[in-house]
Amino acid sequence: MTTELFIQYLMAGITYGSIYAIVAIGFNIIYNTTGIINFAQGEFVMFGGMIAITLLQFMSLPLAIASSVVITMLIGALIEICFIRWLKSPSVLRMIIITIGISILSREVAVHIWGESIRSLPYFVGNEISSVGVLGARVSPQVFWVVAASAIMVVCLGIFFKTTSVGREMRACASNRKAATLCGINTRNMVTLSFVLSAGIGALAGCVMSPITYSQYDMGTGLAIKGFTVAILGGLGSSGGAVAAGLLLGILEAFSVSVVPLAFQDAISIAILLTILFVRPQGLFGSKEAAGLSEF
Amino acid sequence: MKKLLSVLPLLAVVIGIHFLTSATDTMYYLTQMTMSAYYALLIIGLCVLMGYAGQISLGHAGFFAIGGYLSAALTTRNLIPFQDTALVGLLDSAGMLLSGQDLYGEALLVVSPWAASLVAVSAAAVIAVIIGIPVLKLKGHYLAMATLGFGIIIYRVVLALEYFGEADGISEVPAFVLFSGLSVSGNFSDRVQNYYIAWGLLLLGMVLLLNLIDSRVGRALRGIHGSDEAADAMGVNTSRFKLQTFVLSAVFAAIAGVFLTHYNGGIGPSEAGVMKSVRYVAIVAVGGMAHLWGALLMGVVLNFLSLRGVFGSYDDAVFGLILIVIMLFAPNGILSLNLRHRLKRYLRQRKEDREGEA
Repeated sequence: MTTELFIQYLMAGITYGSIYAIVAIGFNIIYNTTGIINFAQGEFVMFGGMIAITLLQFMSLPLAIASSVVITMLIGALIEICFIRWLKSPSVLRMIIITIGISILSREVAVHIWGESIRSLPYFVGNEISSVGVLGARVSPQVFWVVAASAIMVVCLGIFFKTTSVGREMRACASNRKAATLCGINTRNMVTLSFVLSAGIGALAGCVMSPITYSQYDMGTGLAIKGFTVAILGGLGSSGGAVAAGLLLGILEAFSVSVVPLAFQDAISIAILLTILFVRPQGLFGSKEAAGLSEF
Repeated sequence: MKKLLSVLPLLAVVIGIHFLTSATDTMYYLTQMTMSAYYALLIIGLCVLMGYAGQISLGHAGFFAIGGYLSAALTTRNLIPFQDTALVGLLDSAGMLLSGQDLYGEALLVVSPWAASLVAVSAAAVIAVIIGIPVLKLKGHYLAMATLGFGIIIYRVVLALEYFGEADGISEVPAFVLFSGLSVSGNFSDRVQNYYIAWGLLLLGMVLLLNLIDSRVGRALRGIHGSDEAADAMGVNTSRFKLQTFVLSAVFAAIAGVFLTHYNGGIGPSEAGVMKSVRYVAIVAVGGMAHLWGALLMGVVLNFLSLRGVFGSYDDAVFGLILIVIMLFAPNGILSLNLRHRLKRYLRQRKEDREGEA
């Protein structure tokens, strides 16, 4: 393998990896406050991309992306308020089935609005053929947008959770819900907020990735599986772990293309998921105690 | 024996439907009823796994596809090029191969449907054991995602391999001759006969499962559902029971796959899709999870409506909506709502109100 090819694969891996990391962080945010895995996480990414593409007809690209993120956040809030907020201590099985149902409904709404065609946002800078040289390899400038946007999101979320009072309240809610309630934190609002947040970052990821990976109504399931793989790999609930695991999975996947046919690419990441689940369910970086503390 | 008697009313309904359709000249409904029965066979199997043992599986379309695809591929893919290999020779001497001619008069050598279906169902069982041992150690979301992942791998495999026809699937699957004069096929003349084969199989499966859940095994399963640890402490070998149930439901799914594939004369990748697995889970949920009769009824009714195209292009949406609504408002299934009881209470309330006013 030449250096150029190596860099090419590596950049592709980092691009996809940062998207997986963002989806995984979306899983984590909701998991931390509610203890449920939102199977509709991938649909937020799809909505983000699709809404931005539609809005682009009426407004400029930055405005379309911003509006799309806001609208998707509203959808996230709406989903939580309609389907989850008023349930009293539902069982895990029930929650799994409800979020799966939400994911199907979202997909069906999307297919009836936008059809089955594959769409994409235009490249933020330049076009399909413009490229930037990195150590002799040619890389699309959009790649840098994806990586930068993901990095900024991770940093901003970190600051939000560490320094702001709302962020602290959410973390309190994550570590002990009952105690948080006793301290006067409205845990229900925190849950809604966690849906809003994870819908927002999902939508932004959906927008920046759209020029490279395209947007389609059924892109959510695949992303959700990969995002979940990454979330588990990095240790459920841990953002830092999600970033590391996301990049790892993305790069593994990118290099696997040179060995196995493209059709089996998804199968590989799922095989990784299954292996991790069987061998180290607490994730690569998680401790055994952390896994023991979770509700499963 | 009592279990045998309890399915007799259903048998009467099955025969009744046959006479009703033939009297009203709507025999074409029998085709969808046959297909629904096969789907229902899978669903009652899944019901025992989900409702009684409490283990969710989002990969049962995968087992259906393993059964259907293997049976279809073995009975249609020509073995003439491999005629001289030892394996084919062995199969031939065991009387498991059929030779004939294809549409263009070329010599054709395929595995006989009986042998193929045995291979397909045992393959599903073996895969269920291999997958089940590690997967069933997981709980909650982990189990759901792992089984979903298994389903997607099967989907990808049938979509990627030329042997399984890639996106086109496999068509022109021959009839499955059970005995002389009794064959599973989509032939117009065999419609009534196939209707009874499908429902016979479903009733047989039902008797089997009803007996199972009323036995020591069934009580153990309910114990596992209630609390894994408690069942363990009472000396129930939880992992073995879970695995056995998982394999049993996989076998039910594979048998349904084999028969439906021969009945339809083909199978496509959509049968292995995630949406199918989710749909089966939805139907079990609507039926009331731990409710075999509910699963059977809903399995037949919802599949029948779906196959008749009642839901149009909203097919998947309807199942998604059903899933949410049932889980939100009636997590114990539609039959648990006990409408008659509620209606009575409502009427009594109204009567009292009126008397109060007077």
